[in-house]
Amino acid sequence: MSKKAAAALVAGAMVTVLTACGSGGGGGSADKGPGHKLVVGFSQVGAESGWRTANTKSIQESAKKAGIELKFSDAQQKQENQIKAIRSFIQQKVDVIAFSPVVESGWDTVLKEAKDAKIPVILTDRAVDSKDDSLYVSFLGSDFVEEGKKAGDWLVKEYQGKSDVVNIVELQGTTGSAPANDRKAGFGDVIKADAKFKVVASQTGDFTRAKGKEVMQAFLKAQPKIDVLYAHNDDMALGAIQAIEEAGKKPGTDIKIISVDGVKDAFTAMSQGKINVDVECNPILGDQLMDLAKKVKAGEQVPKRIKTEEGVFTQDQAAAALPTRQY
Amino acid sequence: MTTALTTPWARAVTRSRLFWPAVVLAALLLGNLAFTPDFFAIHLKNGHLYGSSIDILHFGAPLILVSLGMTLVIATGGIDLSVGSTVAIAGALACQHISEAADPASLGTVFGAIGIALATAVLLGTANGVLVARVGVQPIIATLILMVAGRGVAQLITDGQIITITSEPYKLIGGGYWLAMPFAILLSGLVALLTALLTRSTALGMLLESVGGNPVASRLVGIRAMRLVGLVYVFSALCAAVAGLMVSSNVSAADGNNAGLWIELDAILAVVIGGTSLNGGRFSIGGTVLGALIIQTLSTTVYTIGIPPETTLVFKAFVVIAVCLIQSPNFRAKVAKRGAGRHSGARPAPATTTTNREVGA
Repeated sequence: MSKKAAAALVAGAMVTVLTACGSGGGGGSADKGPGHKLVVGFSQVGAESGWRTANTKSIQESAKKAGIELKFSDAQQKQENQIKAIRSFIQQKVDVIAFSPVVESGWDTVLKEAKDAKIPVILTDRAVDSKDDSLYVSFLGSDFVEEGKKAGDWLVKEYQGKSDVVNIVELQGTTGSAPANDRKAGFGDVIKADAKFKVVASQTGDFTRAKGKEVMQAFLKAQPKIDVLYAHNDDMALGAIQAIEEAGKKPGTDIKIISVDGVKDAFTAMSQGKINVDVECNPILGDQLMDLAKKVKAGEQVPKRIKTEEGVFTQDQAAAALPTRQY
Repeated sequence: MTTALTTPWARAVTRSRLFWPAVVLAALLLGNLAFTPDFFAIHLKNGHLYGSSIDILHFGAPLILVSLGMTLVIATGGIDLSVGSTVAIAGALACQHISEAADPASLGTVFGAIGIALATAVLLGTANGVLVARVGVQPIIATLILMVAGRGVAQLITDGQIITITSEPYKLIGGGYWLAMPFAILLSGLVALLTALLTRSTALGMLLESVGGNPVASRLVGIRAMRLVGLVYVFSALCAAVAGLMVSSNVSAADGNNAGLWIELDAILAVVIGGTSLNGGRFSIGGTVLGALIIQTLSTTVYTIGIPPETTLVFKAFVVIAVCLIQSPNFRAKVAKRGAGRHSGARPAPATTTTNREVGA
């Protein structure tokens, strides 16, 4: 009796695991009857930040609004999950596959499978590093190099006319990801023109608050003088702010902080003067994506690269925009 | 060196299980000194201690806790892969409770949050314990279930969002200070001390080792192996939950996705570096604490001496390999033999030594 009950318990637990693994993947093959809904398979990076959550919400809401059936899969920041999800989309014969790649490289095989199955692929938010650009029809998203440049431009302007050395520490995103590579490159390109800007330390904070705080705390001890912090996303900046405060310094004053993303928590910190400038990286691209998916399905020519509209927020602008900020 | 080893006290020290982990930790810390001259400097800032060594203890505190639980589980011959998910669930539950409370800063709310997190941990630990001890599922499979599903549960609780909270009393657990020390260090130290006392001053430790060494024989001599094994999983889950409270409290936010991610692997590594046998039947609390500190020192070293992120994992792998080799008596004996062979140059070297030398070169 007790053995049976135990077996049932195990079976129950296994079912939980299976459903957890297969979330968003189920549903079987798409209905191909006359007048069927457009089916889009979307593989998201994960839910690693408020930005990502806003991005997910935007895509889900826009799909509903546009009458498109969305098969959503969360890769939990693992490339193998994402490859699995894309393969399952191919098997289910969805009309369009869209995804935000977790990392830049290693996509050729699975994208070729999609191409062979004649399913168009749209990249959102992050690009892939592949020599064969026929593997996807369009890339919709922010220009991370541009974001890095905007961050660099602000810094150059801020220190215009001063000749002292500016010591910069950098909190990089997840190693190997497009935003980390590009935001670093764009920023580096702008500041290398002037020898007074020196990046004295640069480490990955994995785009998370906890890591941002941990790494910044080590920076504060290892580096005798830090003038500027450049964080590749808001969560790391928010973690670093706590570290700076614990070191008895004033974030935004003693150490100027440049961040990227523009999430609500960062805007709150900006309105308190703790972040100096935030380069926006707009996650609300659901409508654009659904339009694009319809056009691609209808066989229309679409541009290979579509950029989302983005700005740069200073402290005053952030304070003004805070009450209406969605994410 | 050989003469030093012949004195009895030196032999006693070097034979101690804690000797080699301690040597490695000291070497890592001293290595830092070469890059950061004031690495060991500790001063008071805003009324609390401030310095790199404090940071190592502070960020190492959650890992120490998780590793303590893991040590006892491994001592019984098991393994607990679900601790990382338990860390995330505990943090998520506590922060969710606090964010929904009318007064997030009140002590009642914070104790409520802690209570919910710990009670859930007992439940999760019991589930693991029942699966392993009663049902007889292999520990690696039984805890894998919760490892995979648990992260999903944590994300369900947080709704995929990062929950940000402002609660001064909650902040104390992981990010606050007490008697000028980070509270997390004191808490981890206390748990380590209690665990050591409980297992070494009573028969509990011996019973655990006995169950891990030979479960059948232990049962036959009248040890209630099943209950004991079940209990260590509950203890492990409780340790992980407190670590989860620390992690979320330190950044005042619960992150269902990243909190405690891969901490189970770090914990297993800490336990192994500390000299506990993965086969069960032998464990060392002190060794585990040293092991956890070695891992955290390694991370801090990477940040302070500026190893590029692309090569961080390779660097860590080499240090871990070195640590494991140094701890292996066989490896040390071989190295010592080679060294001895080199000194006696007049004597014709045996063939094996020569091959060794070639391999070494």
